[in-house]
Amino acid sequence: MTKYLKTADQDWYKQRLVRIAFCVAGTFCLIFMRLFYLQVIHGEELRRLSENNCIRLQSTDPSRGMIFDRNGKLLVDNRPSFDLNIVLKDAKPIEQTVKKLSKYIHVPESELLSKIENEKTVSSYKPILLKKDIGRDALAAIEVRKFDLPGVVVDVKPRRHYIERQTAAHLIGYLSEINADELNSEEYQEYRVGDYIGKFGVEKIFESFLQGKRGGRQVEVNVMGQVVRILKTVDAQPGQNLYLTIDLNVQKKAEALLEGVAGAVAAMDPQTGQILALASSPSFDQNIFVDGMSHDQWDALVSNPLRPLENKVIHGEYPPASTFKVITAIAALEESVIDKKTTFYCPGYYKFGNRVYRCWKPAGHDNVNIIKALAESCDVYFYQVGQKLGIDRLSMYAIASGLGSPTGIDLDHEAAGLIPTAEWKKRRTGVAWQGGETLSVAIGQGFDLATPLQMLVLASAVANGGNIYKPLILKSVYSPEGSVILERKKQLAGKLPVSKKTLEIIKEGLKEVVNNPKGTAWLARVEGLDISGKTGTAQVVGRSKERGLSEEELAHQLKSHAWFIAYAPSADPKIAVSVIVEHGGHGSSAAAPIAMEVIKTYFGYDKNSKPEERKVASNP
Amino acid sequence: MIDRRFVKHFDWGLLGLTFLIVCLGLLTLYSAVTSSTAGPQKILYFKQLVWYCIGLAAMIFSLFFNYKLLDRWAPIIYAMIIFLLVYVLLFGKYVAGARRWIVMGPVSIQPSELAKIAVIIILARYYSKLANIGGLNLRELFTPFVLAIVPFILIVKQPDLGTGMIVLLIAGSMTVFVKIERRSLLCIITSCTITVPLVWFFLKGYQKRRILTFLNPDRDPLGAGYHVIQSKIAIGSGMISGKGFLKGTQNALAFLPEQHTDFIFSVLAEEWGFIGGFILLGLFLMFIIWGLNIAYRCREPFGTIIAVGITAMIFWQVFINIAMTMGLMPIVGVTLPFISYGGSSVITTMICVGLLLNISMRHFLVE
Repeated sequence: MTKYLKTADQDWYKQRLVRIAFCVAGTFCLIFMRLFYLQVIHGEELRRLSENNCIRLQSTDPSRGMIFDRNGKLLVDNRPSFDLNIVLKDAKPIEQTVKKLSKYIHVPESELLSKIENEKTVSSYKPILLKKDIGRDALAAIEVRKFDLPGVVVDVKPRRHYIERQTAAHLIGYLSEINADELNSEEYQEYRVGDYIGKFGVEKIFESFLQGKRGGRQVEVNVMGQVVRILKTVDAQPGQNLYLTIDLNVQKKAEALLEGVAGAVAAMDPQTGQILALASSPSFDQNIFVDGMSHDQWDALVSNPLRPLENKVIHGEYPPASTFKVITAIAALEESVIDKKTTFYCPGYYKFGNRVYRCWKPAGHDNVNIIKALAESCDVYFYQVGQKLGIDRLSMYAIASGLGSPTGIDLDHEAAGLIPTAEWKKRRTGVAWQGGETLSVAIGQGFDLATPLQMLVLASAVANGGNIYKPLILKSVYSPEGSVILERKKQLAGKLPVSKKTLEIIKEGLKEVVNNPKGTAWLARVEGLDISGKTGTAQVVGRSKERGLSEEELAHQLKSHAWFIAYAPSADPKIAVSVIVEHGGHGSSAAAPIAMEVIKTYFGYDKNSKPEERKVASNP
Repeated sequence: MIDRRFVKHFDWGLLGLTFLIVCLGLLTLYSAVTSSTAGPQKILYFKQLVWYCIGLAAMIFSLFFNYKLLDRWAPIIYAMIIFLLVYVLLFGKYVAGARRWIVMGPVSIQPSELAKIAVIIILARYYSKLANIGGLNLRELFTPFVLAIVPFILIVKQPDLGTGMIVLLIAGSMTVFVKIERRSLLCIITSCTITVPLVWFFLKGYQKRRILTFLNPDRDPLGAGYHVIQSKIAIGSGMISGKGFLKGTQNALAFLPEQHTDFIFSVLAEEWGFIGGFILLGLFLMFIIWGLNIAYRCREPFGTIIAVGITAMIFWQVFINIAMTMGLMPIVGVTLPFISYGGSSVITTMICVGLLLNISMRHFLVE
């Protein structure tokens, strides 16, 4: 404790400073020696290496992970692309080299020269890309005359190849060259100009699995720019392989069924939430995004009124129409507004206030209970039920069943749909809720909007006993060596707000839709398969006023959207399907047969039965 | 107002030395930014001139008040810098993978550069009151440890490992200068030797790989390893007399990364050869010895310790930067004082020169 006696004085500091000065001097000696070593002892050698800037880097692109369907069928792989580059520093005399080159690959000299002109600012040892994907013939021509073409380098790069043209295009997505904004963002730090990145669908969402890691090598080149020695190599690491949940057979069948119409088909395993098919029509060829498309091709894609670039399964919002009656029925039974025996009389219309609300069947359904109401899709029954429930109770059940918010599928920009409440309308329009609007909502019209995927999740939840699963598109991820990186487990997103008893009644009703001769989908039934479902016919309003359409087009535009949701087998469901056909007319005739075919394909009924051509009456 | 003795005692030698190094720096920078067709552009050279004008003003400013006032201001300056470091983490501009800059209109500043000064001042305040012949014990070292580690962590988070390390090295040098008690020193050394392998054991594979690559750039032949080779070729190819001003080929073809900031020494060594490198290093050595001499002549501990801190900053930056370009050290982003391009770096260095001049010309004022 005699510290204060030992207070540091300036003399003590001076002593220490002298020591420090010696340390500094010693360190500088070290640096001087190193400088002398590099510049004087090794100077000659390093000068030689600097003369031609001999040591260069060549990067090798990783090959991107492949994509398979659930059964291991290859959907997407990579093919070699031969890219023609020129290194200006080595290519002297440039004019002469370019002249020869243009002759060998049949590209006008001016085009090559303008490419070079554009890239002149880049330092002259860096390769300039002249032409991508020159093909094997041009490659052979160049390889043979290699010594006549100084500075010309052909790079072999893996290029994305979508094997099944147009198949699952909206799900798989596509690659495209990275743009300036993306290069500057935090997300794409590791990327460089000219890299291809996933821009849409699975290619985008699972980019981190697929991308792999760039490799490269340090080489010493001679005056011609040819590699004389490889100093160091870092192998590129290929990306990881994805196994999707879709079944290629079912997917292709769904797409074939949608041929020529705008619409969507989605199917999933109701026990796991795994998506078995996700088809949106019309589709597009993903390869043109990778290989580069012309202006006309792009215009054709974006100006097509059927919106081929839109994934209608998740982006398309439609009035759910009669498929929504499942929700109305659940709400009414759970709230004890009705029970299994409650009947209403349907004369073909229902009077509310001073308006008449019509049933789709002008002759009426006579006395209707809940089973019959679902099977024959009686509107009058649900008008009355809806009126008794009131909008807010009805909406509460719809929202609790997962409608009105995204399902959480691993794809971008999923639409939320819309389930209105009295409060929502007041906030949105400033006008109070009208009693009549509840009637429309109860049969899935009015403000109600849902995506085909939301209705699929609902159908699955009914099928599996009330579990709302998050739709999964990724089954597993494997390393290039074949070991499992990730195995997606099913994810419970919620439960249907429904008791076991109620659900039994609903399921009975849905079974009658297909299996009762009066059911709306009776004519679409498949012998030997036990299917349940619900039709829907969504009235279209408004749209038609756009643009100048011909009468025929106008008539088409006013046609209803056709819905069908289904699951099979009824007792132990293995597949749930949701179908929408835009302006297809009635759900029973336009959508139900598609769903049936998809289910048949899934169960392998395809081979022995003849294709559709089933006569269907026009009731919804 | 201006005491005549200040004029009499003004340290013209240090100012002249600074002037010489700055001139060499501007020449090299001119070459680094003009002789290449790609990469940095000529405008950087003019920007650097403007920065030096501002830096000159900052230097003059930091020489007019009595440096002893800093003893009182130190906590405020330190708190402000910590605030800026937090601010830059949250709202800083994102450039090339890091958040280091606060953008204010046309200029952006790097608070991490200014943090070096703040740490020097706050530690000088603390140590000048506590230093004793026996050295500081563990309990006394706790406060300076916190004072240095907080800005270090904030800077490394940006991430800017180079500047963070400089902050730690400055703090470490100042602490060693005021002496650590023998037993405490043993404690620190033993606990370090125990924890380092332990930490290593708990690191994940990729973290280990990153550290190994950092220590040995050859493990990354496409990145750091390549840069070191190119830098060594550039320096070595200068040989004894260099290739001549604006004649450097490695530089001209943009072979060097960060040729106007971190690797600027390679440009100088390629064009001016061993002679040029020797002269620059000689000037730096003189500058450092001069700084230590100012600390030596100062008659009170606060000034001495500040002078030591500033000198330590210059020393470590020069040593790490040059050793790195010559392949003696891992690649870290540390600028070469007076030579590298960079506004915040220029201003910080000029403020430091101002403080050294300040201490130097007031060394006779002692009571």
